[in-house]
Amino acid sequence: MSLQTTLNARNLTRRFGKREVICNISMQLKRGEVLGLLGPNGAGKSTMMQLLSGVLIPHSGQIEICGFDLAREPELAKACVGYLPENPPLYRDMRVDDYLVFAAKLHGVARSEITEALSIVKNRCGLEDAGRKIIATLSKGYQQRVGIAQAIIHQPDVVILDEPTVGLDPLQIRNIRALIRELGNSHSVILSTHLLSEVENICDRVEIIQHGQLIYGDTSVRMQSLGHQAGFVVTLQAPPDVKELYKVAGVINVETLSATSFKIMHAIDANTAEALLSRSAQQGWQAQQLTPLQVSIEDAFVHLTRKQDTHNNEA
Amino acid sequence: MKLDTMILTIANKEFRSLFAAPSTWLILGGLQFILAWLFLTHLDAFLQVQSQFAQLVNPPGVTLSVATPVLGTVAFMMMMLVPIFTMRLIAEEWRNQTLVLLMAAPVAGWKIIVGKYIGLLLFLSLIIVACFIMLLTLALGTSLDYGLLLSNAVGLFLLTACYTALGLYFSTLTTQPIVAATSTIAALFGLWLIDVAGSSSSLALQALSPTIHFQSFSAGLLLGKDFAYLILFIATFLLLAIRRLHNTRIYG
Repeated sequence: MSLQTTLNARNLTRRFGKREVICNISMQLKRGEVLGLLGPNGAGKSTMMQLLSGVLIPHSGQIEICGFDLAREPELAKACVGYLPENPPLYRDMRVDDYLVFAAKLHGVARSEITEALSIVKNRCGLEDAGRKIIATLSKGYQQRVGIAQAIIHQPDVVILDEPTVGLDPLQIRNIRALIRELGNSHSVILSTHLLSEVENICDRVEIIQHGQLIYGDTSVRMQSLGHQAGFVVTLQAPPDVKELYKVAGVINVETLSATSFKIMHAIDANTAEALLSRSAQQGWQAQQLTPLQVSIEDAFVHLTRKQDTHNNEA
Repeated sequence: MKLDTMILTIANKEFRSLFAAPSTWLILGGLQFILAWLFLTHLDAFLQVQSQFAQLVNPPGVTLSVATPVLGTVAFMMMMLVPIFTMRLIAEEWRNQTLVLLMAAPVAGWKIIVGKYIGLLLFLSLIIVACFIMLLTLALGTSLDYGLLLSNAVGLFLLTACYTALGLYFSTLTTQPIVAATSTIAALFGLWLIDVAGSSSSLALQALSPTIHFQSFSAGLLLGKDFAYLILFIATFLLLAIRRLHNTRIYG
């Protein structure tokens, strides 16, 4: 059951006027998966999420949620979705409890189960003390939590979160991330974000949207290795002439960072580090430290989106 | 037809949220004060001419001389009162971006509209009921024409329902509550002017105005055509509102 597909979107297209905001995007989500939706501003992330939550209707394409077609059986399909839009839809003059009960009823939670659902969700989102407070008096972070609570109170199979950690302090961000990770164990989660560290930390899979098209989709681990250039920084206490370093097998480029440290780029398949170390032992270069160059997910993202841009310009 | 729980949930929320705002209480209190004043003025005038009425063969009773004019004034005041409440229904939710909660919930669009409509109508009926309780105090001193009172009550309720439907539709057209309110007031006054300014030659045009249909109710006539017109009026604007809400899913 762990591989059950909860959300299946096929060939979605959505226009605003003549501008095509989403063109021909397909997406699949399995139970227990956290999918990160990345993309520059205005790429169509929020529109995509509005389509998946049924707020907007696509011009073409189908969305199936837990086996229900969103266009043909909207009420059954939407009951399986919890959605937190970019601006949490909070009635500011309501009390937190009243608001969450209203959200639960709207999502079809049975009357007898509401009290339990309320206490579970408050516990999960850290809102135990906020129940009697008026939403308008809460801080931004707490309002965001109420927004998340609203999206998960009916235990939906698919949780769609549009930038859930915006405007939170670092501690709250950590809590919310832990919550999302926990949600990901039993539900499917789609979240959009600008924060690439978020993707690194909590997402199993990444889809990158640019100009309304999916330009990349893979596991977040593999994304990090993307655009990777093999290389390392090495410290040699008794360095030889730079020319000597070029003689090591596979070395492409040597950059002198200081008198004793060098940044060495090498071919991806070559085992240059080992060759250099054995050479160093033979020649007495006194190798001290060797640090492989880390490519962050940020670099990968920039690499991908820029590649797509130049590709578009050429086309 | 069994009322759907979703409709009731939305109606209940709408009804309660009205009482959360202090301005609602202020309006209710002020309104009751004005109506009481009006009621006493009419009563006073009636008491002064009562002796002269006694000489007539078929004198107008207290219901016709006090209750009907007071209710006529309530009907007129609804024209300004209803837009104040209807403007919030959709426009404010749009502006505060809370409508998404309803749009993403497993609730059909027509249930959102009908739920909100019922919630507000329930609240407005409270005003009507309060007014009637005040009029019923007349029964302490004299006998009342309950048939006429009932016909007036039905008429006033239907008229309010018409105004609410129109206001609700206008509220779906804009994200600015104030724009919704002013355009509703303008539309209602326009419909009223058709009635007041129309001459006998423009009967067909006059028939478009809800107020002219209310007049037969207030005279104690329950006519099928008036019922039909008012119900059609309500249905038309509710359908337009539902359509408009659906269009936002299509056009964004």
